[in-house]
Amino acid sequence: MEALKEELKSKIIEQLNLEDVSVDEIADDDPLFGDGLGLDSIDALELIVMLDKDYGIKLADPKEGKKIFESVGTMADYITQHKTK
Amino acid sequence: MGKGIAITGMGIISAIGNNVEENYRSLIDGKKGISRISKIDTVHKDALMVGEIDFTNQELEQFLELGGSHNYSRSALLGAFAAKQAVSNANITHINSYKTGLVSATTVGGMDKTEQYYYEYFENKEVQKYIEGHHAGDSTQKIAEQLGLHGSLVTTISTACSSAANAILLGARLLKAGKLDRVIVGGTDGLSKFTLNGFKTLMIQSDTYNTPFDENRKGLNLGEAAAFLVLESDEVVQKENKEVLAYVKGWGNANDAFHQTASSDHGDGATLAMQKALKVAGSKSNEIDYINAHGTATPNNDLSEGRAFLRVFGDTVPDFSSTKAYTGHTLAAAGGVEAVFSVLALQHNVIFPNLNFKNPMQEFHLTPQTELKKKKLHTVLSNSLGFGGNCSTLIFSKEA
Amino acid sequence: MKPVYINSVASISAQRTFDNSVFLDEITEYTDNVIRVIDPNYKEFIPPAAARRMAKGIKMGVAASKIALNEANLENVDAIITGTGLGCIADSEKFVSKIIDDNEEYLTPTSFIQSTHNTVAGQIALSIKCKGYNFTYVHSSVSFESALLDAKLQLEYDEAQNILVGGVDELADHHIKIHKLVDHIKADVVNSKELLESNTEGAVFGEGASFFVLSNKKSDHTYAQVLDVATYNSFSKQELQSALESFLQENSLEISDIDIVAMGNNGDIGYDGYYDALSHGVLKNTAQTYYKHLCGEFNTASSFGAWMAAKMIRTQHIPEAIKLNGMEPSKIGTVLLYNQYRGENHSFVLLRGC
Repeated sequence: MEALKEELKSKIIEQLNLEDVSVDEIADDDPLFGDGLGLDSIDALELIVMLDKDYGIKLADPKEGKKIFESVGTMADYITQHKTK
Repeated sequence: MGKGIAITGMGIISAIGNNVEENYRSLIDGKKGISRISKIDTVHKDALMVGEIDFTNQELEQFLELGGSHNYSRSALLGAFAAKQAVSNANITHINSYKTGLVSATTVGGMDKTEQYYYEYFENKEVQKYIEGHHAGDSTQKIAEQLGLHGSLVTTISTACSSAANAILLGARLLKAGKLDRVIVGGTDGLSKFTLNGFKTLMIQSDTYNTPFDENRKGLNLGEAAAFLVLESDEVVQKENKEVLAYVKGWGNANDAFHQTASSDHGDGATLAMQKALKVAGSKSNEIDYINAHGTATPNNDLSEGRAFLRVFGDTVPDFSSTKAYTGHTLAAAGGVEAVFSVLALQHNVIFPNLNFKNPMQEFHLTPQTELKKKKLHTVLSNSLGFGGNCSTLIFSKEA
Repeated sequence: MKPVYINSVASISAQRTFDNSVFLDEITEYTDNVIRVIDPNYKEFIPPAAARRMAKGIKMGVAASKIALNEANLENVDAIITGTGLGCIADSEKFVSKIIDDNEEYLTPTSFIQSTHNTVAGQIALSIKCKGYNFTYVHSSVSFESALLDAKLQLEYDEAQNILVGGVDELADHHIKIHKLVDHIKADVVNSKELLESNTEGAVFGEGASFFVLSNKKSDHTYAQVLDVATYNSFSKQELQSALESFLQENSLEISDIDIVAMGNNGDIGYDGYYDALSHGVLKNTAQTYYKHLCGEFNTASSFGAWMAAKMIRTQHIPEAIKLNGMEPSKIGTVLLYNQYRGENHSFVLLRGC
């Protein structure tokens, strides 16, 4: 689980081009959207592709992402339960 | 208010017909043009529905008598086909006899060929001719050539889903300022893998028939089309004793300045665009008899546009419908397609139904016109709202 | 009708032009067939959170627009109008190649969004929260001139008071490779000083962004007045001369009223004949300048030409590097710009000192 969280943090930084952010700066329960990292709906779409490509999880409705992408912690939980690869 | 901007000709090709008459028939008969993808080789064939035009490229080439070696993209073929119709509908025989311009619109341009030959360019000299056909202005240059325009003002607008509406807006302003006597305006977009996949990444495409303004709307169907109007000044209309189909009376463009792709929740851009257009037309909001909505059937657009209606029209929102359920969202061509539909509505005093609508949206109680409605129409408002916050409104009227 | 002024200028190009306090004092010479811009520090203009999803073209456009707004002492404008031949083409390429390479799977939205042509104008609007008129013209070598014409009409009729107008295009790898295949890019490298003597087909490709605040109110910073703009889809070399004469006539001017002509020669033996038709013809006795050896050829390179013309009028100086026939007028009052690309999409722009 801890390894997955670390992995997710560096993937988020890379995929979303967050040049000025480092892995240590993201806490497991930091909100990713809004006041936290400040991600937006386009980032959510990028993360949905990441779930599909790297973990074999397909979301049909972008609204489903809202709960999953609350924080790195919620993402890791969801991935652990649903991953197919 | 100033000079009249007369519409004296129209041409269109869309998923519901290859000319104005066929499009009108389909609109009246409630016949939609949405189907599975047949002309593009894509892995999403079974997951998406689109508004495809019946004609193949080869058939269009034959109509245009291109022959030999040419480098027309699908957008160029469709555009030339529709623009020629418009010019012939306006009974123009000598295109350069008045100061005539062309303002077209496209988003994909020659992307269909680029995606086809992207790597083949390096191996096959035969297909290298399409390299010059990639840029958006190329389709417009070809349309100008097909129309015989020479030494003329010819330009292209690309503002996503509002492109053709903006071409009409610019054309009207060029006439009003006396820069031109006559201008052919509209837009063209062929379907491509690029746009299908692009909209797929945004997750706003429906896997079934699109349902504008419905509570359970699942997104848009992409479509392809080209549609053009001929606009002429009062002087030309008088001199040539032209029949006027309708007038472009008002126009407005504004930006949401909210988000790269999404519209603002309260429809700021759309509200501003409608208000500006009403002001240019010198019309009060209660003078609008029918709104041809942008109504793409995405959750975001229809909510934002609906709220903008309430802001502009208050409790008395005019009859409105989206015709996207017929044609799909034809992107850069949409404003042209819907301008043709707006003029048809005026000519025949009829409101086209908003197909596929079942339940009003939770956020408000706006119900589009769902049945064909006969009604005396004087003034019609048409919205085109886009990506990048670009919002445009046109107002068409029977009188100048 | 109100007069239309250029109240500020900004250019990001293959020269150090982003600094408005100098005017081509030091020239960067290139020996290449593709030349790229000298980047300003984009961080000075764009916050990191916004920059992370910006293509090069957007960065150039946003930075140039900020420079132009600063110089005009404005935080906002009534309208934003851009011209771009190809938009953010590097992202278009990224998206197309991914469609092919990954067989339409795992595509992400960012490069698709950037590839829409109006993304630069949209991002500028977002960055300054401008809800006004927002247009993008995409018609090859008249993209910028179309934007200029649109702005001029609005200002003349007082539909707007301040408009941000610009031209922007970026270079991208596939674009360069395929244009080398068809000799639109010169096969061999050429030194910028010798561009017009290269005697070969094709051009040296470049990129850049030049933005201007146009206004119908004159200010302390006013560079020049925009007298007229005209574009033409096609011309033969023979028709060019009479077209120029009637363009000048409409502005009650004669050839002798032109102090300097700034021409878009790019060293392509296939098409430079159009420029020669004027420079060896009616403009034979006019001071001639050129600029594409400094910025390269791209669809909106003529916006660099407009920047250069405005600077010449403001400084009353013709930098050595842009002189074509060595003539110098006694004063720099009226400047004519002429440009075309591959024999199509010709434009005339007239600026005058005020």
